[in-house]
Amino acid sequence: MGEVRRHKRHSEGALHIGASTPRADAYAKVTGAEKFAADYYSSDMVWAGVKRGAAPHGVIKGIFTDEACKAPGVIAVLTHRDIRGSNRQGVVRKDQPVLADKKVRHCGDAVALVLAEDRETLLRALDLIRLDLEALPGVFDVEEALKDGAPLVHEDNAGGNTLLEAHIQTGDGLTAFERCDEVIEGRFETPWQEHAYLETEVGWAQQQNDGKVVIVASTQTPFRDRAEVAEAIGLDLEQVRVIAPYTGGAFGGKDGITVQTLLALAALHSNGRPVKMWWEREESFIAGTKRHPTRLYYRLGAKGDGVLHALAARLYFDTGPYDHLGGVVMTLALEHAGGAYRIPHALLDAWCVYTNNPIGGAFRAFGVTQVTAAMEQMMDMLAARLDMDPLELRLKNALTRGEKTCVGVTLTGSTGLVECLERVERHPLRTERYAWKAAAGPFKRRGVGIAALMHAAGYGTVVPDYANAKIELTPEGKIRIYCGVVDMGQGNASANAQIAGSILNQNMDSMELVLPDTDRTLPSGSASASRCTYTFGNALIGAAEILKNRILQKAADLLMAPSTDDLTLAPGKVVNRATGAQIPLSRLGRLMAESERTAISHFRAPVAKDRLDVTDELRLHGLGHAVISYGAHLAAVEVDEITGAVEVVSYLSATDCGRALNPQIYEQQIHGGICQGLGFALFEDFRVEQGTVKSPDLATYIIPTAPDTPNMESLPVELHEPTGPFGLKGVGEIATNGPAPAVANALADACGIRMFRLPMTPERVLLALRGRETR
Amino acid sequence: MKQAIALEVNGDTYEVLVSPNQTLLEVLREKLGLTGTKKGCDLGACGACTVLLDGAAYLSCLMLAVDAVGKKIVTIEGLSQGGELHPLQKSFVELGGLQCGFCTPGIIMTAKAVLDEEPQPTEESLKKKMAGNLCRCTGYKKVLDSIMGATARMGGER
Ligand code: FES
Ligand code: FES
Repeated sequence: MGEVRRHKRHSEGALHIGASTPRADAYAKVTGAEKFAADYYSSDMVWAGVKRGAAPHGVIKGIFTDEACKAPGVIAVLTHRDIRGSNRQGVVRKDQPVLADKKVRHCGDAVALVLAEDRETLLRALDLIRLDLEALPGVFDVEEALKDGAPLVHEDNAGGNTLLEAHIQTGDGLTAFERCDEVIEGRFETPWQEHAYLETEVGWAQQQNDGKVVIVASTQTPFRDRAEVAEAIGLDLEQVRVIAPYTGGAFGGKDGITVQTLLALAALHSNGRPVKMWWEREESFIAGTKRHPTRLYYRLGAKGDGVLHALAARLYFDTGPYDHLGGVVMTLALEHAGGAYRIPHALLDAWCVYTNNPIGGAFRAFGVTQVTAAMEQMMDMLAARLDMDPLELRLKNALTRGEKTCVGVTLTGSTGLVECLERVERHPLRTERYAWKAAAGPFKRRGVGIAALMHAAGYGTVVPDYANAKIELTPEGKIRIYCGVVDMGQGNASANAQIAGSILNQNMDSMELVLPDTDRTLPSGSASASRCTYTFGNALIGAAEILKNRILQKAADLLMAPSTDDLTLAPGKVVNRATGAQIPLSRLGRLMAESERTAISHFRAPVAKDRLDVTDELRLHGLGHAVISYGAHLAAVEVDEITGAVEVVSYLSATDCGRALNPQIYEQQIHGGICQGLGFALFEDFRVEQGTVKSPDLATYIIPTAPDTPNMESLPVELHEPTGPFGLKGVGEIATNGPAPAVANALADACGIRMFRLPMTPERVLLALRGRETR
Repeated sequence: MKQAIALEVNGDTYEVLVSPNQTLLEVLREKLGLTGTKKGCDLGACGACTVLLDGAAYLSCLMLAVDAVGKKIVTIEGLSQGGELHPLQKSFVELGGLQCGFCTPGIIMTAKAVLDEEPQPTEESLKKKMAGNLCRCTGYKKVLDSIMGATARMGGER
């Protein structure tokens, strides 16, 4: 538990920025040695699991646990009555019970927690629990939920079923449409998207003799989890320790509590024995969070020459029964609703709505994926109306540094949309598109579609977005980094090694990583919001510089050099360039006091300075960002007229990423984002009927496989971001936003059909080809 | 009722007490401590649990432990020889064929079986043969590049 990751390498040279250094975690992962949260077992371990309500909405009249309690091998059966704390969790609004008390509000609500000797006993005991639920009418549609008389998900919520609503007007708002030559309208629907990480929600916990509960969990947010767990079950903060190994995928689905509180509660009732909880795939699909489904009404107005003039949008987000991060997701979507375009007049309205559907939550790109799918199709519809080239229309309206988005945020950082569009414009996929399209075989149609992207990083104006990096020269002469932000697979831990290694001129063998652990590493916020390497990296640069100076000073003292001027760090040692004298880091590590060989640095991310005319609540939910990445995507698709199947043949992206610290990791992020975006665009059809999940497993919910992968090219557009570590901007999310609109636009280019509803399944494409409604 | 069986895993013989309905995956992970083999679905839909039985790729979540008796089982832990990475593993490290890495053991084991059968696959053939292994992080491009990269490294030897 809480071990240090050491690294075996074949390369000798010191780490440096801009090199595709193999990832620090790769060796342990290819050998099966890496220990994920799922891999924690102990000999006297207890299995914990939950009984779920399995009804979308109902009053809990009784929970009958006697039979389960008596079953041999059952250690405890717990309900809300066994919880001493608030029994509430949630990132912004604490509206989700750990174990349901009065009502169940969606099919995945946990009602009872069982501890058993083994998994078989656990499953049997869960079956023995009986629930008496008085069914309530449910509400399953965002707009229905807002009507008077709709069933209320939370009776005590002042806004009825409205969790959060927002209205932003800039310029002249709606009246500006009177001055437009062309006005385009569209109504778009986007579905839930399931994270489908390979490692489902899992963790291990144990209460120590001193009362402290140690939780090892697959999570993106150990520090926030600690506070949530403590409050929900009535422990002091110091009594909870959360350790976060590398996750087996997270993508936002582990941004917040999944198993953590339940595990801690179980650990309080297991007589000191360790407890493990691991959600089955179906359980993960039903109880886990998803990308929010949306209904988006767009109206876009332009002058006859293609200059955008006015935008009106109404955005509805279905958050299911709990906030989770719904309000924040909606707010980020709102900020991106008009894309990276100059639109002087806008009226934007948004609602995040409670329903009895599955829980909406964070999912890579956090609401921006949905609005980009709509806005970027609107741009193509407008281009078609104006008979303009879609790329030219975008170039004409693309924001540049110093200009304002349609919600009034000034772009103060590097702003590379134009450069990204120009990269794509010169690429053969575009320049040779007519010939490629003309070469389509019989019953095939080909098209090329574009999408322009922006994606802001960090928490926005109010919630402090900071990191605290700690770094140490160990007595053995290694450089140990205390990583405050989880690595969920994106490679930021490895980037940390590369950052510190380059400053201290060390190779990977010298680097050690301590992964996030509330007892050992320092609070540095969540692994989310494209902020991980940006925010923690900046803090780490500070810490590494301090340590470097201390090491050189100590070496100067020991080598009796007059100053540190002639001294330089080399792998494993300090060298005096003037005299040739050397001193190994292991010696320095032994001779320096712990306080001397440990350095800490804090970084707080910059925020947008604009004084936006919006509510404090909206600011609190994040409105207004300062650091933004940009991109341009091009999808080349072939449509089968007989089956309606859409094949993405080639996919090109250009991304303004600031500096790519490690080009290989940069590409990984872009590829992964594109692939998830393609799944969202084409296959991933999370079906829910009256609150019940109809696609509960990987056989019914189809995510992309190897044969679905197009030829992907990911060009970095490296515009230096002055506030970023070595000029970097985060790119963990942006790529996810491109595929839905790029493919939809390609489809329109290929066959003249416009898909207003995702995913673009063969069935829907076929119906559209036959001119029928595709709702 | 539990029964004692002997499993040959990575060249070692293990005597274990198993229930007749216990999967090989469960026994590998929970009884033998070989947690390199992953569970992504327990239903045969993701490939994360892939191991080799007498050289062929099998989903260990769909196989009962008792049915693996008498077979040579190789898991990811058994792929590298004496600390020396298998060419596939080397290639995945260098070419970045993994991100979270949870699918990686299953993918590498499948790839091993694929290359043993077809040492120089075409990209198309490889894609098809890897279709049963889900990866949610990589978009497969670098996975496929890594496998292709390994074919070059492996030459004739596997
Ligand atoms: S765990 Fe065996 S195929 Fe998914
Ligand atoms: S690397 Fe994460 S699932 Fe493949």
